[in-house]
Formats: sequence, C-alpha cells, structure tokens
Amino acid sequence: MMFEEFMQIPPYSLAQKEKNLLLMARLKELTEHHRERCVEYSHFLNAISYDEEKAKYIGDIPFLPVRMFKDLTLRSIPEGDVVKTMTSSGTSGQAVSKIYLDRTTASNQQKAMVKIVSDFTGNSRMPMIILDCPSVLKNRDMFSARGAGILGFSIFGAKKIYAFHDDMSLDEDSVADFLEKNAGRSILFFGFTFMIWQFFYQELLRLKKAGKCFDLSNGILIHGGGWKKLQNEAVSPKEFRNKLAEVCGIRRIHDYYGMVEQTGCIYMECEHGHLHASIFSDIFIRRMSDFRECEIGESGIVQVVSSIPESYPGHSLLTEDRGVILGVDDCPCGRKGKYFKILGRIKNAEVRGCSDTYEQR
Amino acid sequence: MNNLEKYLAVFTETFGVDEERAKGLEYQAIQEWDSVGHMGLIAALEDTFDIMMDTDDIIDFSSFEKGKEILEGHYGIVF
Repeated sequence: MMFEEFMQIPPYSLAQKEKNLLLMARLKELTEHHRERCVEYSHFLNAISYDEEKAKYIGDIPFLPVRMFKDLTLRSIPEGDVVKTMTSSGTSGQAVSKIYLDRTTASNQQKAMVKIVSDFTGNSRMPMIILDCPSVLKNRDMFSARGAGILGFSIFGAKKIYAFHDDMSLDEDSVADFLEKNAGRSILFFGFTFMIWQFFYQELLRLKKAGKCFDLSNGILIHGGGWKKLQNEAVSPKEFRNKLAEVCGIRRIHDYYGMVEQTGCIYMECEHGHLHASIFSDIFIRRMSDFRECEIGESGIVQVVSSIPESYPGHSLLTEDRGVILGVDDCPCGRKGKYFKILGRIKNAEVRGCSDTYEQR
Repeated sequence: MNNLEKYLAVFTETFGVDEERAKGLEYQAIQEWDSVGHMGLIAALEDTFDIMMDTDDIIDFSSFEKGKEILEGHYGIVF
C-alpha cells in the first residue's frame, strides 16, 4: 500500500466506507514503519500496549498528542536525510514543535496539496498575490507554519508578488500594477486569516474611504491559520467573507484547516462553508473525558490521521483544537467523506490535562 | 544562445553554481536548490522560455536532466 495509490484517486470521490479501507491499510503500514524506525514511538506503542491484531478500524490506530513534537525529537529517518525542519508557530511562551522531513515526505506533502487545492481552483496556475511580506521565507532551513503555507501554495501561482512591505504595510503600487497587467484573469490570493483582516482588509477599507478602490472580483482567496485572534476582535467567518466582498468584490473565498505537524493534507472549506477531509487524511472528534469518538454533531477534541508522514511518526495525532463533525458523504457541494467545523483551541489547563491522562493510560 | 545554453544559464544564475556542477545537479543536493530555490528556478525557466508549466511538472522536476526531459517532452523545447 504505497502513497502513490492515493494519487490515482480524485481526492473527494470516495464514500467514507471505501475511504476507510484505503486509509486503514496505509495507517497500519505507517504505524509499523514508525515502530521499526523511531525508538520513542515504539516505546509509546509499548506503553499503551498497542496490539496491531486488534486494530480493526482507523479509530483504533493510536494517536500521539501533538505536544510530543515539542517535548521530543521524533524522527524515523537518519539525521542526514533531513532536508527540511518545520516548526509550529507556537503561541508565545510555549515550546515549538519540530517536524523533520526527508525528500519523500516533503514531496508527497506537496503532491497531496496540489490534488486537494486543484479540486477547488482548477488545474491551471494563476497569477498570485501573496498577502504577506517577502521576509517570511528568509530562513530557509527553519520553516514556520506561515512560510510552509506560502511556499506550499506558491506552486499555484504563475507570476507572484507579495502584497506587503516587510513592515506589513500594503505595497499599493505593486498590487495596482499587478492587477492591471493581469486584468481579466483569475487571480489567486493567499494569506493568513488574521493578517488579511488586519493588514489587507483594514487598508482596503481606508483606501476606499479615501476614494481609491481595488476591484478583486476576479480573485480567489485562500486563507488559513485560524480564527483565534479574530474572535478576540469579534469577527465571525461570515462577517470576514461579507466585508471582504463589500470592500473589493472578492467572492470566492476558501478557509482551510491544517497544521504544520501534518503539512500537505489540508482541509479546504467548500462553497457551503464546510471543511472537508480528502482521501489523504481524515478527522475524528473525541470526548474530553474518555477519548471515545463523538457522535456527528457532538463537539470534542480533534484527532487527525494522514497517509503522508514517513519521516516522522505523525500519521495519527491528537490536536489541541476543538471541532465537530457536521456530516458524512452528504455535503450539498457533492464532495464525499466527512465535513466538519473547527470551534477553537482547547484551554491550556485542559491541554495539559488530557495529554497527561493519555500518557498514563 | 541556444536552448541548452539558456537552460544552463538559468541553473548557474539561480543557484550560483558553475556549469559543471549544474549538469547532473539534483533537487535538494545543494542548499540553494531547496523548496524555495525550486520555485525560483521554475519562475526563471518560465521567463526564459516563455512557458507556463503544470503543477505536476513542477513537482516532477527533480534534477537537471529530468528538467530537460520535461521541457522537451511537454513544452516542445528542443535541446
């Protein structure tokens, strides 16, 4: 069961039942792969008395709390094979996760992502405006979630510019010039939710009031990184969409959910505002109290599984996010599999609580 | 400049290597040709040959030689 098999299947074409079979085979294989290659991971499996024979269903694959990547060096490859180390953004004061990639895993991340995003944007590459500043990619050996996102999405851009100067002020002239040169074409915008709001939307609004309008009605905006900071400012996803459409005419807007620990298999938001799991990965919601799987519509902690990670044991992870499954196979957009909503982060104390409980299990 | 010379020049300029090193170069073999450098290389090739490559070809572009095959096979650039 090689990763390549996943590449042959359209990313949202499998009903959950079929998808489970495919993904389960791969996840069992990855569990063994990492058991053999990562000592810490094999200790973990021993500690929880994992029995492969008893794992019948994806939900039975053990999950590592994501914070383990902060506390430990978890790698299933020799140090010399590491081509890139990714770091989590990490809220202030917290340790950052380190994710080690080899060529195969890095390349499979990019391949999966292209399949997933193309399902929303189409196959052709577009002129692209990156809603960030160029210095994000400066340190090339150490990649933050921000850098990883920008780089990953860059492949969809034919010509690219950054919209902001390094001080995060809008480079108005470059943007205007770029829009003029590419008039009549679809333009891809990519950036992080909070920064788009803070540095792009607010500035467009100011300019509009000053009589200067940008028409971005040909645009497709993809954004990610979470809503936490915007919740503090009381901006809802709906308001985000409406206000942006109002100020510059952009209507095709897709949020995505993803994390540096499982780069590549992102969860894109469809036309109906639902996040979707592709065949490359899946999502489970678990109860805080006993980690049992929640029912559809019941909120809990998010677990993610991915078919990609070979260089580090990150194929099944318990995140620190809360979410809820909204349905399976029946989203009006026609994409199969699970669709869901993210509700925010679990609180600090709870994070510590649940991973401690888990380790002692 | 013929196409091979142009192709070589993109490599030497993008990665700051000499021609001998450029021939036979593979993705991730030198620090400069990492994922960031890769996007720079693709942009430079697209400018030089006035083409727009498919995402699949960008991913498959894993070495100096493989790149030549892709440009020749899919974009009609004769070396």
